[in-house]
Amino acid sequence: MSLAEREPAPTPAAARRQALPRSLWIGAALSVVFVAAAALSFIWTPYPVDGMDIPARLQPPSWAHPLGTDHFGRDILSMIMVGARTSIAVALLAVGIGMVVGVPLGLAAAARKGGFLDEIIMRANDLIFAFPAIVIAILITAVFGASAVNAIIAIGIFNIPVFARLTRGGALSLWQREFILAARVAGKSATRISAEHILPNVANLLIVQGTIQFSLGILAEAGLSYVGLGAQPPTPSWGRMLADAQTMVSLAPHVALIPGLAIVLTVLGLNLMGDGLRDLLDPKVRKART
Amino acid sequence: MTKPLRLLAASALVLAAGLAPAWAQRTDVTVAMQLEPPHLDPTGGAAGAIDSVLYSNVFEGLTRFTESGEIVPGLAESWEISEDGLTYTFRLREDVTFHDGTAMDASDVKFTLDRARAEDSTNAQKQLFASIESVEVVDPRTVQVKLAQQDGMFLFNMAWGDAVIVAPESIGEIKSQPIGTGPFRFVEWVQGDRIEIARYEDYWGEAPALAEATFKFISDPTAAFSAMMAEDIDAFMAFPAPENLPQFEADPRFQVLIGSTEGETILSTNNAQPPLDDRRVRKAIAHAIDRQAIIDGAMFGYGTPIGTHFAPHNPAYVDLTEMSAHDPERARQLLADAGYADGFTTTLKLPPPSYARRGGEIVAAQLRAVGIETEITNLEWAQWLEEVFTNKNYGLTIVSHTEPMDIGIYARPDYYFQYDNPEFQALMEELNRTTDPDTRTEMLQQAQRIIAEDYVNGYLFQLAMTSVAKSGLRGLWANAPTQAVDLTGVYWED
Repeated sequence: MSLAEREPAPTPAAARRQALPRSLWIGAALSVVFVAAAALSFIWTPYPVDGMDIPARLQPPSWAHPLGTDHFGRDILSMIMVGARTSIAVALLAVGIGMVVGVPLGLAAAARKGGFLDEIIMRANDLIFAFPAIVIAILITAVFGASAVNAIIAIGIFNIPVFARLTRGGALSLWQREFILAARVAGKSATRISAEHILPNVANLLIVQGTIQFSLGILAEAGLSYVGLGAQPPTPSWGRMLADAQTMVSLAPHVALIPGLAIVLTVLGLNLMGDGLRDLLDPKVRKART
Repeated sequence: MTKPLRLLAASALVLAAGLAPAWAQRTDVTVAMQLEPPHLDPTGGAAGAIDSVLYSNVFEGLTRFTESGEIVPGLAESWEISEDGLTYTFRLREDVTFHDGTAMDASDVKFTLDRARAEDSTNAQKQLFASIESVEVVDPRTVQVKLAQQDGMFLFNMAWGDAVIVAPESIGEIKSQPIGTGPFRFVEWVQGDRIEIARYEDYWGEAPALAEATFKFISDPTAAFSAMMAEDIDAFMAFPAPENLPQFEADPRFQVLIGSTEGETILSTNNAQPPLDDRRVRKAIAHAIDRQAIIDGAMFGYGTPIGTHFAPHNPAYVDLTEMSAHDPERARQLLADAGYADGFTTTLKLPPPSYARRGGEIVAAQLRAVGIETEITNLEWAQWLEEVFTNKNYGLTIVSHTEPMDIGIYARPDYYFQYDNPEFQALMEELNRTTDPDTRTEMLQQAQRIIAEDYVNGYLFQLAMTSVAKSGLRGLWANAPTQAVDLTGVYWED
């Protein structure tokens, strides 16, 4: 692709830097903390994550255990770190599935607007969209068994129509633009135009939506694990930590509070980052701001 | 009336209304439990919840269990056993009526026993009636049961909830409209919520202190805790979250009842699935397990370690826990001897109760320490019954066997353990024919040793019965000799 074909960027670089939204910074900082914790857990955790020490259970935060211990005496900090890994892996792969399948479907539907293919793709998407995400997830895990892989597939399937619709919507308006017309006159096929001209121009939308879907994915993974349909023990998962802590709330509140906070802060961070990215990348918002 | 006066009068009224019930002795109770019965026919279903609600309250058998597990006369006031031990003549109580007003007589007993042992019977414990050859009505108050072979357990068997006396007139509707002879009659079942029963005024025996009782079904442990704390319920039988018990103990509004159940909680092992078919491997698993850690970790200390499939409170129990003492080093050695020096992977399928889910995580960690990897799958009860219990598609599972005196299940090679030992089967057959108490005890102890030596299953602990009740409530069973919430002796103290 060449720069000339892209949406012109009217704001000068200096002004844009000045206008960098604060939410982006806060969001990115929060997200980085959790990604870093997850990455670090691959090489180091304070304690082995499945190391039980039952006499030392339900201890409040201390120097030895900065976030305390759970009902089996496991170190909660270690579990949160490895749990972040589970959450990130599930959410990332689920967004990946949604993008890899949804984006080409959306591009194809836009290229054949009003045609048979468009109808089929969009109605199929409507069908999936009509079911609440958690119902699809429960259905899939009930049929194929509860596991992290099935949770990924379940959340991934729900992501497909989101990306397909977004891509189609963005692409439809682009198809009316002069530079696309020029490309068509030049004899490029619809597939090539979609790949070379449409896709780069909807990428902004996809990145913003991807961040939002990523945070929803983390929430969905926690939800599925909470009801026992996500990652199975002994793989730590924030949702299951919450579920296990349920009856201990009155005994040792930190056991429930910490995984709950981890979920809230991560989701909040990703949402703030998504908002910030949208402000930064969305041409409409950007024009309104300048 | 001036405004302050009106207010005073109103508050006096409110006060009086609030105090009135407190002056009179309370005669109603709301008892909660975790599982709801699927239907209300104790003679046609395996679900323990059916007995919990109906046993002794609505239905009675010829004999009955007391809280300590003793067998006492029920609807039969006395019985005679013939010299050869093959004929039991039961003398029935006088003036016993069913809740629909019809009389309970010998023909109802014959109907009940014949129905339970019939070819097409849906009774969940048909083996209880297996020794019966014929049932004859001598006169309305006398019934004679002839056995095909001596059965030392016969009177015990007749005390089970599966052997309660039912009437042919009301059998058709029993699943939704149970009609028995007990001190309480069935009133209403609001599915998904509660069952109500009320005192039966024409009861043959001593009238219960309670006039009305409600069974509530609360499956979620957190909801159970809240309901108890808010005093929405008066008692919770077998409270599902042991971690909350100290809080109830510290609260003067409540009392915690700690007793024993007949539930041997075991790491059930598929004896037909390699490598678990190797005794050395099973022995290794037994030595890898630290029972105390499981009792502390999963049950917060409530439970008694067991070394075989037998209740420790039974006089015939032998303590064999030493045979499978916690010894990871020995376990690794045994695995190496069996050719699994690098360990192996098997499945661990867990039903919903916390003893299984939490116990499973601890067992998995303990097995991992000796090199055995387990793939944990959490199952709902229906899935567990199908996958594990019926289809035997499992390596390991954790479950509590709550039937009393159920060591006989090891004589069934098609049972889900798939344990096939002719020596044990012969011993059980011999036991069934023996009536002498001392010989029986000896044989039961030998049976305990055989299964412990074969390391059929991992024997973990005897499930404790931990119930919570308001402090004024008296007469609840602390132990669970059978699945029952017997309300006949329950009353409120001032």
